[in-house]
Amino acid sequence: MGKKQLRRVDLIFANDDDYLQILKKSLDIPTEEIINEMINSGLKGRGGAGFPTGLKWKLTGESKGKQKYIICNADEGEPGTFKDREILTQVPYKVLTGMAVAAKVAGATKGYIYLRGEYRFLVPLLNKEIEKFHVLCKDAGLDFKVEIFLGSGAYICGEESALMESMEGKRGEPRNKPPYPTEVGYMGKPTVINNVETLAHTFTILKYGAKKFRDLGVQDSRGSKLFSVSGDTPIPGIYELELGMTVQDFVDDFSDGDCKAVQVGGASGFLVPRKRFAETNIGYQGKLTGISLPTGGSMMLFNSSRSMFNVLDNYLDFFQEESCGQCTPCRVGCQQLVKGIEAVKRGDKPASYLDKLLKLTDTMKYTAKCGLGQSVANSFQSIVENFREEMIY
Amino acid sequence: MSKMINLTINGIAVSIEQSKTVLEAAEKLNITIPVLCYHKDLCIAGNCRVCVVEQIGSQKLIPACATPVFEGMEIQTNSLVVRNSRKHIIELLLSEHNADCTKCYKNGSCELQELASEYKITNSDFIDLVPLKNYKYDDLSPSIIKDDSKCIRCQRCVRTCNEIQHLSALEVAYKGDHMKISTFAEKPMNDVVCSNCGQCIIHCPTGALVEKNYIEEVWDALGDPNKHVVVQTAPAVRVGLGEEFESKSGDRVTGKMVAALKRLGFDSVLDTDFSADLTIMEEGTELLTRLKQALVDGDKKVQLPMFTSCSPGWIKFVEHTFPEYLNNLSTCKSPQQMFGALAKTYYAQKRSIPAENIVSVSVMPCTAKKFEANRPEMRDSGYQDVDYVLTTRELAIMIKQAGIEFNNLEQDNFDKLMGNSTGAAVIFGATGGVMEAALRTAYEIVTGREVPFKNLEILPVRGIEGIKEASILIENPVDDWKFLDGVELKCAIAHGLENAHQLMTNLKNGKSEYHFVEIMACPGGCLGGGGQPIPTSPEIRKKRMEAIYAEDGAMPLRKSHENPEIVQIYKEFLDKPLGHKSHKLLHTHYTPRERY
Ligand SMILES: Cc1cc2nc3c(=O)[nH]c(=O)nc-3n(C[C@H](O)[C@H](O)[C@H](O)COP(=O)(O)O)c2cc1C
Ligand code: SF4
Ligand code: SF4
Ligand code: SF4
Ligand code: SF4
Ligand code: FES
Repeated sequence: MGKKQLRRVDLIFANDDDYLQILKKSLDIPTEEIINEMINSGLKGRGGAGFPTGLKWKLTGESKGKQKYIICNADEGEPGTFKDREILTQVPYKVLTGMAVAAKVAGATKGYIYLRGEYRFLVPLLNKEIEKFHVLCKDAGLDFKVEIFLGSGAYICGEESALMESMEGKRGEPRNKPPYPTEVGYMGKPTVINNVETLAHTFTILKYGAKKFRDLGVQDSRGSKLFSVSGDTPIPGIYELELGMTVQDFVDDFSDGDCKAVQVGGASGFLVPRKRFAETNIGYQGKLTGISLPTGGSMMLFNSSRSMFNVLDNYLDFFQEESCGQCTPCRVGCQQLVKGIEAVKRGDKPASYLDKLLKLTDTMKYTAKCGLGQSVANSFQSIVENFREEMIY
Repeated sequence: MSKMINLTINGIAVSIEQSKTVLEAAEKLNITIPVLCYHKDLCIAGNCRVCVVEQIGSQKLIPACATPVFEGMEIQTNSLVVRNSRKHIIELLLSEHNADCTKCYKNGSCELQELASEYKITNSDFIDLVPLKNYKYDDLSPSIIKDDSKCIRCQRCVRTCNEIQHLSALEVAYKGDHMKISTFAEKPMNDVVCSNCGQCIIHCPTGALVEKNYIEEVWDALGDPNKHVVVQTAPAVRVGLGEEFESKSGDRVTGKMVAALKRLGFDSVLDTDFSADLTIMEEGTELLTRLKQALVDGDKKVQLPMFTSCSPGWIKFVEHTFPEYLNNLSTCKSPQQMFGALAKTYYAQKRSIPAENIVSVSVMPCTAKKFEANRPEMRDSGYQDVDYVLTTRELAIMIKQAGIEFNNLEQDNFDKLMGNSTGAAVIFGATGGVMEAALRTAYEIVTGREVPFKNLEILPVRGIEGIKEASILIENPVDDWKFLDGVELKCAIAHGLENAHQLMTNLKNGKSEYHFVEIMACPGGCLGGGGQPIPTSPEIRKKRMEAIYAEDGAMPLRKSHENPEIVQIYKEFLDKPLGHKSHKLLHTHYTPRERY
């Protein structure tokens, strides 16, 4: 059987020198048309929850309020991912264009780039770009100013409502939803918050039209997406791939030849074991990846020498530490999961204790306040169910 | 009226105003949903998650306390998934919790314990996380004990100290498994910007924040045949204590309280209301003197407005956050401390008891008074003026320990000599009360006539509004006070330190100008104090307030200067308000403090 080649895409990092025209042209298109284009493109958020971007802009536009905000989420906290940093370094104007168009659609005059503290070194470059951008906006008749806000360093501050709390000078703790940011966001005002990559994709749509974007991908997962490939692969790095590919195709391209499982979507994602490679699509609708692709689009390959117990233990340790700690199921649940699998491994708890922990992750999924606590179940359940024996012996 | 929303809970239809929550809708149907982080006094946090319910059509459970209703919503509060989740959450809380209930001060009155008991958490096999934690226990403050091993991190205390008291002495620190409630740099409670008001205590669902109790010390004194133990009771205690014995909030139990104190073995059961009347004499005179110095003598050093000084939580708040206003505080001690200083001087002499044999106990609605009694300045009698301060709650504990059936007690009367009082004193327990009492007396001193309000009820200074303003025009004063003719005396009242902060900020910015300002640290005044029965809520405070004014209305004397024991003490001992002896025993000074 011949090996199917993956469709690598080269849209995001393509250096378009027609930025100025695209921005001008886009700002001339009536709001309704832009919203339709965005919705027709099928673009969904690349930062976490996978919410349709066009709809988000539309809802914010419809929310009552004079003051509205556009925030670009550049907190990029998922370990080992740096695709947003690359976008901001190489094609910042695409992100700014997206923000400007969002501002027009939503009726916002102020925007922020919430930049991960560690990316401080990008500030001079970005500020220069923003200065240029302000002139263009002014020429195009758009009253819109963008400012950089440096993040505080906690992973949870990437969660949109915690991010807004932290911008307001409060402790970065996720808020209750509803209300959503489209209604009650930064400073209590309607706010569009989009991931860096999402905004960069809007440039592609503005430039080439919805169809070109929509032609990539399958069903509910349209377009391309940046993936950070790591683990047991000879070619780690950032790749722009078409959505909807199977894990098998992905492994064929990236594995070192010995791959027993792939973690799709980082710590908050799912582990796909070899027997499921062929039937699992990578996207918003895949059989296993039924939820959105978490932040980094991280793809980690594991070969047969890897202990899945260690993999899970590391993820859980990460959550135990990075949980903001406010809600019971997440704060205490994570501690119980870490201590629990370690106790089973040591033989201090019977193997059946894993079933109690599986039920606990269901509770966490149903009751945790934000995406962090809710998604711990993803890796836990998919690893424990597929590699139970590695948890015990 | 706002729009009505129709929904069903457990299949029962209910309609409720838009913007209300699922929890409130359930309440309307008499369906109880358990809560821990939710409190009627505070903004919604939605962090404990015990209130989760099922919303048909939603993949996740929703927190009832934090979810607004919408049209057509279908809620299940007792489905299998809800029960299992809720039980998990309680189990998780207990796994982080040092649950030695039988040795816990909150045993029997703890919301966590109650939930654990309701859900019969008897076979949890989650791992005990307590040994892995480095929990701190802080009992260095004379008012408050903070025991992190009992904390469920609901942040009610954090919201209380921030929203109601403006101090943020308690904050959330760290994240993940290390997340905890902490003071600045984890300093002990008595080293930070804490007013000792105890509001965090009455909002804490568990034993993590409790008053430092002096129950055993008081029992020891009562059991010592060589000691003469006197007790004074603050005005707000008599309208709260009943709640500890399952009577309705707002029941007045003055007579029973006195009877219970006598049965406990106190040698003399006296009334802080007596010294509240005395406070009015001293503070009223101080105000008039300050006005004279400012208006007639043109003395630039005299500070106006004058602030009341009866609330030790407020005093400490000023010392920390507005030290530049210390000279605006009345130099009068609080009624508790005036009483204490007199118990070991005037009372000792009159009763011919050596002062060193007197143990002076007070029962207060307040935890800040514990700190106040321990101030080094409060030893003007030559001894510690007040030896032990008990809260309303501690008194209730002692009554129960003594096997006294409170509800069946016959009413009794306060003993004589510092046991007599007027209606003006009892209203000290409500916000606006000191102002009203002061006006009743000061106006009469200045004009020779009663305040021009029906029944002496100065309604503009009453009520639960956060900041109240009132003014009273002085006309035709008697000769001594002619200079006040036509002066409009401007007053303001605030309760809760957040409101106090706002009032102070307005003053500082020159946005408002007053002659006399009353401030109480706790919401509603002392009746909502940090030492009062738990729970508290806006409705409960309202009931207690009604009781306070009813008590005033029922008193034969309603003006402090008419209290015969007050007339007597000036004649026999103090000479005159602001006189030499008053100065030594009844007045004090204040100390600027750091703000962290
Ligand atoms: C724990 C957690 C961390 C997150 N971190 C990020 C992040 O670093 N960057 C990001 O864009 N979105 C992050 N998100 C997702 C955001 O909450 C939000 O969904 C996203 O910014 C919306 O933008 P999008 O619609 O363009 O995806 C995180 C979510 C959670 C629950
Ligand atoms: S789920 Fe975790 S991170 Fe999210 S609010 Fe709860 S404790 Fe914080
Ligand atoms: S705080 Fe409550 S649950 Fe905890 S030990 Fe005390 S009584 Fe028991
Ligand atoms: S101290 Fe009490 S009120 Fe504060 S978080 Fe802990 S349990 Fe809640
Ligand atoms: S006693 Fe009052 S001031 Fe002190 S921490 Fe508690 S609420 Fe804050
Ligand atoms: S009571 Fe609703 S989340 Fe705590």
